[in-house]
Amino acid sequence: MRRCATLFATATVPLAPQKPYLIHTAGRDLPQIPKEVEIESENLKSSLEMMLRIRRMETLSDQAYKMKKIRGFCHLYIGQEAIPVGMESVLNYEDSVITAYREHGWYLTRGGRPSEVFGEMFGKIGGSSKGKGGSMHMYLTKNRFFGGNGIVGAQVPVGAGLAWANSYINGDKAPKAVSVSLYGDGAANQGQIFEAMNMAALLKCPAIFVIENNQFGMGTSKKRASYDTEFYKRVGFLPGIKVDGMDLLAVREATRMAKDYCLAGNGPIVMEMDSYRYMGHSMSDPDSAYRSRSDIQTVRNERDCVVKLKSLMIETGFIDEEGFKTMEKKVRKEIDEELAIAEAMADPPLSELTEDVFSGERYPIRSCQGTVWL
Amino acid sequence: KEMTVRDALNLALEEEMKRDEKVFLMGEEVGQYQGAYKVSKGLLDKFGPSRVIDTPITEMGFAGIGVGAGLAGLRPIIEFMTFNFSLQAIDHIINSAAKAHYMSGGDLTCPIVFRGPNGAASAVAAQHSQCFAAWFGSVPGLKVLAPWNAEDAKSMMKAAIRDNSPVVFLENELMYGQTFNVSDEVLDPEYVAPIGKAKIEKAGKHVTVVTFSKMVGLSLQAAQQLAGEGIDVEVINLRSIRPLDRATIIESVKKTSRLVTVEEGWPHFGVGAEIASTVFESEAFDYLDAPVERVTGADIPMPYAFNLEKLAVPQVENIVRAIKRTVYRKK
Repeated sequence: MRRCATLFATATVPLAPQKPYLIHTAGRDLPQIPKEVEIESENLKSSLEMMLRIRRMETLSDQAYKMKKIRGFCHLYIGQEAIPVGMESVLNYEDSVITAYREHGWYLTRGGRPSEVFGEMFGKIGGSSKGKGGSMHMYLTKNRFFGGNGIVGAQVPVGAGLAWANSYINGDKAPKAVSVSLYGDGAANQGQIFEAMNMAALLKCPAIFVIENNQFGMGTSKKRASYDTEFYKRVGFLPGIKVDGMDLLAVREATRMAKDYCLAGNGPIVMEMDSYRYMGHSMSDPDSAYRSRSDIQTVRNERDCVVKLKSLMIETGFIDEEGFKTMEKKVRKEIDEELAIAEAMADPPLSELTEDVFSGERYPIRSCQGTVWL
Repeated sequence: KEMTVRDALNLALEEEMKRDEKVFLMGEEVGQYQGAYKVSKGLLDKFGPSRVIDTPITEMGFAGIGVGAGLAGLRPIIEFMTFNFSLQAIDHIINSAAKAHYMSGGDLTCPIVFRGPNGAASAVAAQHSQCFAAWFGSVPGLKVLAPWNAEDAKSMMKAAIRDNSPVVFLENELMYGQTFNVSDEVLDPEYVAPIGKAKIEKAGKHVTVVTFSKMVGLSLQAAQQLAGEGIDVEVINLRSIRPLDRATIIESVKKTSRLVTVEEGWPHFGVGAEIASTVFESEAFDYLDAPVERVTGADIPMPYAFNLEKLAVPQVENIVRAIKRTVYRKK
């Protein structure tokens, strides 16, 4: 299986995810997903490292929340790391990404630093939004990451608008970049998503609509919230693909297909990522009310994205147990250091209270002290 | 009897659901999960899944379905997990519910309650922290209620459910766990608060403070603090944003000659602005000995950082200073 033992080792492996792809063509010619894929050692190492980085950052966030260093709502991404990392293997910073409030992982894969994530949740000036947004509101528009929306489903029409901008700029020619809009199985029933899909199809927007199906919309299982749980083919007129969202390669290759389809000027496509969240909906959700510890453990044992990628890399000789441990240690050290950076950040100055209301302008702002204007 | 605001609301819902089988509760996580903030705890077990209905996350859908059920003669209670999400459904609240009776010449009637936590919550930033009293208060055809303590919560919730018009019922997340004494009179299952009537929580002669919801408590604290300095503050708990109890406000200002309004919402076109105008337009204007002061939330989206958030929401100190400015200012 292994081709060469140089630094840039490659191998060809069968693409046979645990959960096979399911495809809804909507009567269109979709690019084929290969039966075998070429994998490359350094590339997969950096993917594995990024998944570990997200997981470690979220684990420390969990701890920091319990120590009351993080306030308000906090939605963690542990379990779903293969989605951002797998998709980003194909996307670049010309492509736009928008998601909801479970966005810490995407902030990293879009080029942000863990210290900026921690800093934001600690309400510090060095945070991604100067401490003004908190856990749910992180953005990095220089790399076309648009956050960070706290209203369930509202990011999807906005994401279609990001896609429209791509085709608008390129006129009649095929678009040069796609827009990825992520939402959960809970959000999948919001009416505005269907409105956005219809318009995106009419306008042939290069939009990839991604349902991160983690099986629960807050405390409600998908079966109780959705009459039709086959999200990838729910909108008959749009092609869709159901993907093993806990398999990095499966996510990567499906994203490649979706992006190719969009860039050919065909309009939007739907991806359903079959995934699972190991944590509660948010830190204040006692998930014991709707599932058992053993439910979570079963998924951890059988489907975990880190375990799965690690096994593949061991099989192909890209990494060994020792190499994996070294990688884990390196990531731990890095995230510990990032956390320390965030902890040393200053509070926002009080003048920040009235900054950023308008773009590049400032008017007198009424304070809580009535006629005392700031 | 000591009772939290949460339990008072729960009891009101239970009593009204027992009293009238046309009453049902619908919203996200109200049933199996026992409510995101546990206001509907136990109701699914008591009334079953046809009267306590878990919905998908589809505010516009279930608000509209609620309106339809109301028009058909049922008495829906629609819970928004927080009122921030009512923005997804605001068309049905305003265009389908509030205007129905009038534009049908009195033919359509929609006895529906839209309820849930409103106002500044803690550390949830701009999209999850704002007051909708002024928004809904501006709409003809809607009744808008905002309880402060457990007595308000129980008696006003019952009034809202029994009312034949659409009611927006603005609770406050930070008040749910607060405990208050509830009198035997209010505990009586047949006791219902009058809608459109403000309550004088503390009588006083030097200055009138008009406020509602959580800010009633802060205003009472300010009043207590100022009592030590010889300033006797009258605190009016509006209870009802619409209809507005103009008579109680006007009478109080005629007595004290000074007015301070206190709210969490934004200043522009807010509840305080309406109250001030009400006074300027009335005979109480001639009694004013000082300009009216408005204490409001800062005129910005809610920031997350603790130090900034504190500056964005009125504190007792803001109320004290506004009252002092009003009282010390000579004619």
